[in-house]
Amino acid sequence: MEVKGIAAAAGYGLGYVFLLQDAKVEVVRKDLPQDAIETEVSRFEGAVRQAISELEVVRQTASEKMGEDAAAIFSAHIMMLEDPEYIGAITQKIRQTSVNAESVLEEVTREFVALFEGMDNEYLRERAADLKDVSGRLLRGLLGIKSMSLADSKGEVILCAHDLTPSDTAQLDRSKVAGFVTNVGGRTSHSAIMARTMGIPAVVGLKDIADKVQPGDFLIVDGNDGKVLVNPPEAVIEEYRQKQAKAIARKNEFEKLLNEKSVTRDGVHVEVAANIGNPDDAKSAANGGAEGVGLYRTEFLYMGRKELPSEEEQFKAYKEVAEVFGKRPVVIRTLDIGGDKELSYLEMPEEMNPFLGYRAIRLCLDRTDIFKTQLRAILRASSFGNIKMMYPMIATLSELRAANRILAEVKQELTGENISFNAQMEVGIMVEIPAAAVLAHQFAKEVDFFSIGTNDLVQYTLAVDRMNEKISYLYQPLNPSVLHLIQNVITAAHNEKKWVGMCGEMAGDLTAIPVLLGMGLDEFSMSASSMLPARALIRQLSKQDMVSIAKAVLEMDDAEAIRTYVEQRVPVIADFK
Amino acid sequence: MEKKVVITNPTGLHARPTAILVQKASSFPCSVSIVKEGKKANAKSIMNIMALGVKQHDEVNVVTEGDQEAEALAAIVELLENLKD
Repeated sequence: MEVKGIAAAAGYGLGYVFLLQDAKVEVVRKDLPQDAIETEVSRFEGAVRQAISELEVVRQTASEKMGEDAAAIFSAHIMMLEDPEYIGAITQKIRQTSVNAESVLEEVTREFVALFEGMDNEYLRERAADLKDVSGRLLRGLLGIKSMSLADSKGEVILCAHDLTPSDTAQLDRSKVAGFVTNVGGRTSHSAIMARTMGIPAVVGLKDIADKVQPGDFLIVDGNDGKVLVNPPEAVIEEYRQKQAKAIARKNEFEKLLNEKSVTRDGVHVEVAANIGNPDDAKSAANGGAEGVGLYRTEFLYMGRKELPSEEEQFKAYKEVAEVFGKRPVVIRTLDIGGDKELSYLEMPEEMNPFLGYRAIRLCLDRTDIFKTQLRAILRASSFGNIKMMYPMIATLSELRAANRILAEVKQELTGENISFNAQMEVGIMVEIPAAAVLAHQFAKEVDFFSIGTNDLVQYTLAVDRMNEKISYLYQPLNPSVLHLIQNVITAAHNEKKWVGMCGEMAGDLTAIPVLLGMGLDEFSMSASSMLPARALIRQLSKQDMVSIAKAVLEMDDAEAIRTYVEQRVPVIADFK
Repeated sequence: MEKKVVITNPTGLHARPTAILVQKASSFPCSVSIVKEGKKANAKSIMNIMALGVKQHDEVNVVTEGDQEAEALAAIVELLENLKD
């Protein structure tokens, strides 16, 4: 049996099923005789103590494996177990109603969960999940169900669960868990992110996998293709063992390229850079072999809070990233908020078409107060490294000029205040709206560089909402229309002696890389985990050959045909997948 | 005893400040409550305080009653006024 899900963390995992008990245990309400009540209360208090001591261990492990911030969740869990209004309320209710602890626990928890889930505050709604995690642990303690007995399992296992809570994930022992699969979740869910951090292959969103499999079943988790094979034939297992061995060997091979340059066989150097969202990403990207940052998304500084970040706060973040990379370039993208990325404190109107609406540079040119604060912070940071800056969502030249006018004003202010900045800082634009791609030859005269944002460019060119699964077939980065726009942008830039980068998913797509290289792309910016495979591939290619492949591809009329053609002409791609 | 405090901490009573407050309050024998817009929360309860949803610029009343109420009031008010997160 093969089950399709969402690839959450890459890699192959093979092993027997280990079903993680979830809290979906049947709780039976029992009325207790008067003389059994105190015994019940002390049984409950014992379970609380037990849970606290378990959590102390989890806290310790999390702090060692994932740092203090991750561990703080579990300090909060411990405080919940010491909370007089929660634990106190439960003991009180056991005494008052003469009902068993499990049933009272469930009831009181439900009231708090409902309270938190009903609150108009995302942070508090998340606390409901914490509370469920804590109460689940208590309930398992009361019922004598061991929450995680991975220590008893022999060899590597595949963890199957409805969902993994933060505390489940933090406890995973990499040497025992070959992979995990869950019924719910998406690529950005808590457990998926943790799986990637820990390097555990994972497939999520499998709907009912945890109900279908049983202990004794053998599973293969394919975290690359997002599928799970249940009790596959011996030949398939063998095939995957080989894939796994190859993947591990390849990973070691890639790691040798950490400090190498991305140079083609015929000596052409391109830059393989990372997309980052915060200073922590910057450090791991720099250690992971990035030759620079091709996209620093600044919106995370603005999200998940109640007011705009101050100039000082932004300055510190930008400076920190610039210093991590030293001489290597860091391209900061100015605020790209609006549309689907809302800021609660900005009171933005609800829109019919958020992706075509009031967002990014459109918002910044309207709210110059917000824009200027950011520009000041970026300029100040530019003295501390090799910072470049780009504007997102530019559609017209007048927008670019308006943004540059504001930039000039801010520079003048800084000069007046005797604050130093790099007056020569390069300024470019994201090319993600077809209008800008078509008129690239005009834009090229007024920018220092382009960075092609393919996620949006594909979406706008083919009029396809990339979140809509029904039309996902239309989301084609290799569609000839998109490729022609990209070629147009690169040619226009090179005619003006400007450089061109790409910071969408496509830049890390192994089939797209040969074509982009042939078209003349100068910088490939991608998620940190894609960098080494991309570099390894580039080092195997000859630019000369790729030019002729790109030329041939531009004559073709179908995305699928293009993919097949490239993979045939460049068979080495298969070795990197 | 009671005293009014305006919360200046940018994130209000978010995770960490709440934890600090609860720890401090729990170190006193007397009862400690935070009252916001007539809603009263036990300051020794992390869940009660979180559920109060205190934001920056909110005015709250700190109420203490029992042994060491004066010390507790002074300590909690000082803590709330100097929160930084």
